[in-house]
Amino acid sequence: MARLKAGWWPLLLVVVVLVIFSPLASSAPDGLERVAEDLGFAERAVAHLAAPLPDYLWPGVAWEGPATVLAGLAGVAAVLLASWGCARLLVRR
Amino acid sequence: MHIPDGFLSVPAWGAAAGVSAGYLALATRRLRQTMEEREIPLMGLLAAFVFAAQMLNFPVAPGASGHFLGSTLVALLFGPWQASLMMTVILLIQAFIFLDGGVTALGANILNMAIIAPWVSVFVFRLLAGRGGRRGPAVFLAAWLAVMAAALACGLELALSGTVAWQAVLPAILGWHALIGVGEGLLTPLVMGYLARTGVAVGQKGAEEGGKA
Repeated sequence: MARLKAGWWPLLLVVVVLVIFSPLASSAPDGLERVAEDLGFAERAVAHLAAPLPDYLWPGVAWEGPATVLAGLAGVAAVLLASWGCARLLVRR
Repeated sequence: MHIPDGFLSVPAWGAAAGVSAGYLALATRRLRQTMEEREIPLMGLLAAFVFAAQMLNFPVAPGASGHFLGSTLVALLFGPWQASLMMTVILLIQAFIFLDGGVTALGANILNMAIIAPWVSVFVFRLLAGRGGRRGPAVFLAAWLAVMAAALACGLELALSGTVAWQAVLPAILGWHALIGVGEGLLTPLVMGYLARTGVAVGQKGAEEGGKA
């Protein structure tokens, strides 16, 4: 089994540092987006949903860097909560 | 390679959603018996790590980027079933909060990145490292092939949907992901090494007993 041996904070620190650096990420299309553009089906993409934080940007924050970091931190919190909740439900007592 | 809504036909996303739902029901039944309470903190933190790392697109060529997928990392640490659960949680949050990957395409994205990629990772790793092979190259190849397998599945889903001809989409998507997969192949052993060296985490379920179905 894989488990946490040291405290939880070093790994959480790594995660927060990754989010802080996320505004530096390449904004070029990813593999699938590039293929869709090259082969002419990119415009077929639609959104069936009004997601609260589209494109990893916190709405209403004028600067893109802080908007991305805020959205990323919210995402990290959501993933932590959701995976903790799912695991909690499944684990044997 | 998160597929947005609109790229897949109804039969294609419907079938993918059905397969993924059936698999997840099976995984849930199995995890009820095998998952342990003391695994939960590392599972949560690594899922958060994978989510954050997926935000960091790196350039692979002018006009194209890729990002760390993480399926191999979690599959080799936790085994394929648990990896599927972790990747599914990440994909759900990406689709419903960040509009990254469609809602109708969710089943297909789960199939590619939360089911196919972890199982390919574990299968390749056990094949190479289980027979006395060296672990570093085995992790690299497991990660690279997992990305390629997910990209192949994505390309086939697009072709089966009639969105694009398979003769065009398969070489294109596999070509780009051959490059992106190198990033995955280099980053995965790096992160596993960091976790092992710093003593933050112990154990590698996927490498030892995770491959047993």
